[in-house]
Amino acid sequence: MTTHSPPGEVLWEETVPGGCHWSGVLRRGVALRITDVEGGANCAMLLFNFEDKSERYNMPDTLKAQHTALLKRGHVLMTDMGRAMASIVADTHGWHDSFCGVMHDDQLQARFRTRRYQEHRNAMHRSGREGLLKELARWGLGPRDLHANVNWFSKVAADPEGNLSLDTAAWKPGASVDLRLDMHALVVLSAAMHPLDPRPAYSPGAVKLTAWRCGLAASGDFCRNFRPENQRAFINTERYFAA
Amino acid sequence: MIVESPRDPAAAVFDQVCPAGEPWMHVVHRGQVLRILDLEGNQAVDTLFYNLHDPEERYSAVDTIQRARNLYLTAGTVLHSTLGRPMLTIVADTCGRHDTLGGACSQESNTVRYALDKRFMHACRDNFMSAICHHPEHGLAKRDITHNINFFMNVPVTPQGGLTFADGISDAGKYVELRAEMDVVCLVSNCPQLNNPCNGWNPTPVRMLVWDD
Repeated sequence: MTTHSPPGEVLWEETVPGGCHWSGVLRRGVALRITDVEGGANCAMLLFNFEDKSERYNMPDTLKAQHTALLKRGHVLMTDMGRAMASIVADTHGWHDSFCGVMHDDQLQARFRTRRYQEHRNAMHRSGREGLLKELARWGLGPRDLHANVNWFSKVAADPEGNLSLDTAAWKPGASVDLRLDMHALVVLSAAMHPLDPRPAYSPGAVKLTAWRCGLAASGDFCRNFRPENQRAFINTERYFAA
Repeated sequence: MIVESPRDPAAAVFDQVCPAGEPWMHVVHRGQVLRILDLEGNQAVDTLFYNLHDPEERYSAVDTIQRARNLYLTAGTVLHSTLGRPMLTIVADTCGRHDTLGGACSQESNTVRYALDKRFMHACRDNFMSAICHHPEHGLAKRDITHNINFFMNVPVTPQGGLTFADGISDAGKYVELRAEMDVVCLVSNCPQLNNPCNGWNPTPVRMLVWDD
């Protein structure tokens, strides 16, 4: 799909500089576009049910329900309670990583020189793990809640033996993915480098966030009908919100 | 990678059969070796590990995958914690490949994967919930139940990114052995799933042995 203007009135827009982190609450029926501004960004993301944060996006349940190891348009991010939490309604990138997690501080320092705030001010180096932990802590969450995250814009493929590599040729400036929130969600993200990013220099990319009101999934919705499993996950979500 | 064990079951300090569909929770101390033995073949053993002294540190599927740069677990794989530290090392494996992407079955995921009326079939998550309720000394709750290992389960990922629960490659008598690099709590659900081939459509018992190596 090609990039298009948000079909609804933009509620807000914000650019997260490379390496930096963000969190916020997105209500059901709101869409979030994430844009890889320059090409080469990674956006690590965790999602929680804002009403009961022990319910969260669950990587294995999402993958096995949809028989996929990658995420792309049509896929639904499912929770550990069997509910559709967010849907990938548009995607100009086409392959997002689900299983590599984030880089730790010690890995970052082993690959690149340590750059502290004291010497480098806001050009200091930041790891994905530390960024997610800082955002989780804002909402009363912590390391116990840092489980498998999505890595938007990172294409990680496996060979037949399971060996992994990140495909840098898949990055495109301006690539975007549109997520529709199907539940009220706490969204936590970091724009730090992906753990398998092979580039020799510290080079996290910025991501732009754009939110608009898109409404709930209609009966003919592409993601809802992508697989029968998705239809059942939507039934579970709709039972949760039934008055 | 197939690596056979030199260890003699007669010398084990612990030897217990976990029946089909039941939980099992046990402390394995640093330096001890845990063997999980697939007694009848193709039995998925859903497994989690926690640092005994700080259960906030636990097995991390994503850190293990990322550091190995490989999706599958076998002899030589180091199981990493959420703090990026080695928790256990697979020192023997006669099966050759184990999964850590497929997670554990739950009543909720069964409604999504199979049918809404499958909710009331027994599932791994109920074993995990039962074990943490009966072992409050470890201080574990629902949010601590994270992405597990499925020993003896075959979940191939294609180069195009597809993922399936395939027929098992395990068989009666195959085993995996893990050396603990720290004191760990091992939490197992001997998987009761009947809706896919992960247990060969017939859940069976497994045998757990521990040696003071």
